[in-house]
Amino acid sequence: MISSLTAENLACARGDKKLFDSLNFRVSAGQALAVEGANGAGKTSLLRMIAGFLAPVAGRIVVKMDARENDDAEERGKSIGWLGHQDGLKPQLTVIEQLTFFAQLYGGPANPALLEQVGLARQADLPCRYLSAGQRRRLALARLLAAQRPLWLLDEPFAALDASGQRLVAHLMARHCGNGGIIIAATHEALGLGNESLKL
Amino acid sequence: MKPFATLLLRDIKLAARSGGGAALALSFFALVATLVPLGVGPDLRLLARMAGGILWVAAVLAALLSLDRLFQGDFEDGSLEVIALSPLPLELTALAKIAAHWFSTGLPLALLSPLLALLFNLAPPATLILFVSLLIGTPAVSAVGAIGASLTLSLKRGGLILPLIILPLLSPVVIFGAGAVALSLDGLSPGNALGLLAAFAFAAMLLSPFAAAASVRLNLGS
Repeated sequence: MISSLTAENLACARGDKKLFDSLNFRVSAGQALAVEGANGAGKTSLLRMIAGFLAPVAGRIVVKMDARENDDAEERGKSIGWLGHQDGLKPQLTVIEQLTFFAQLYGGPANPALLEQVGLARQADLPCRYLSAGQRRRLALARLLAAQRPLWLLDEPFAALDASGQRLVAHLMARHCGNGGIIIAATHEALGLGNESLKL
Repeated sequence: MKPFATLLLRDIKLAARSGGGAALALSFFALVATLVPLGVGPDLRLLARMAGGILWVAAVLAALLSLDRLFQGDFEDGSLEVIALSPLPLELTALAKIAAHWFSTGLPLALLSPLLALLFNLAPPATLILFVSLLIGTPAVSAVGAIGASLTLSLKRGGLILPLIILPLLSPVVIFGAGAVALSLDGLSPGNALGLLAAFAFAAMLLSPFAAAASVRLNLGS
């Protein structure tokens, strides 16, 4: 279990443009951090950096796990549940096929009850090409739950969701934090978790 | 092993369903192999002599049609990030995708080749060699192709550059594959050519997942 994630003097540049530097923050188990900022401020880049896709120009990201500190991106990746701004779904696969694929890829069993949790139980056998944007987001959430990872990186988790979908995300995030998980979310809306926020 | 098999089966399923490239590659292969005898005319000796080279080149080009989508689909819709964070190392991800491409394209091409060889009046022993050479040579096409597909991942219309990168690398496959058929037609043993083809395919399968994974990593950071 991860007990904390710390960013030390993190700097990020895209091309010649410097997005941020000297960024420091710390998130402990059970906490959520909202990353806020204008479009293009580097919110997604920060998430990609934590996920290990993007190398920081300077600084490091340290994860404390079982009283051991580690700044290896590959090692950190094994704890990360990723919800990018794209849903990662194939139009040809049905909802349940899609969920089963990701669950098994992450070494877990495919649990159809997850579809019920996100309100897609009736669409289980529907190919993803027929899903609305909000339903696709719900399926991506089910995938995130199936991965059973302690550190959630969420890029605009409320995007495309209706009011009940947004309540669902808030509920899932609260439950994840309640179970000792960590959430770092790039968002324009309040997470509603009594969380800290980081302004880029 | 389960994540590997899961990804392999999903990619085969995607290739087989509508929008996948498997049917397209097979149709292309069949069409080229049908058109060439129509263009060359009814000189049976000439057709038999050309068969190995034409069918091999057609098979490589057909396989190329679906190669540019090897990583591109997952890259564009965001699945590649989720796959990259899974317990499956990117090298094995690349190997699973190469294997899926071979099962959905290379293997069907090889299975179809004896039928198309009839159009070229290829003798049965040479047809058998053509089939065997495609069976052991097409994995190299998928493997070398994976390097090209991963390099052109973040390029718009990367599919146009892909042939320029991988076709020169695939010339040994065409030389040994078509060469084996020609040797068989001359009544000589194609053993050496097939051996070299197998060695090339083996080396490509062994090394290309590392090159492809490195290049995918680079593109995920772009």
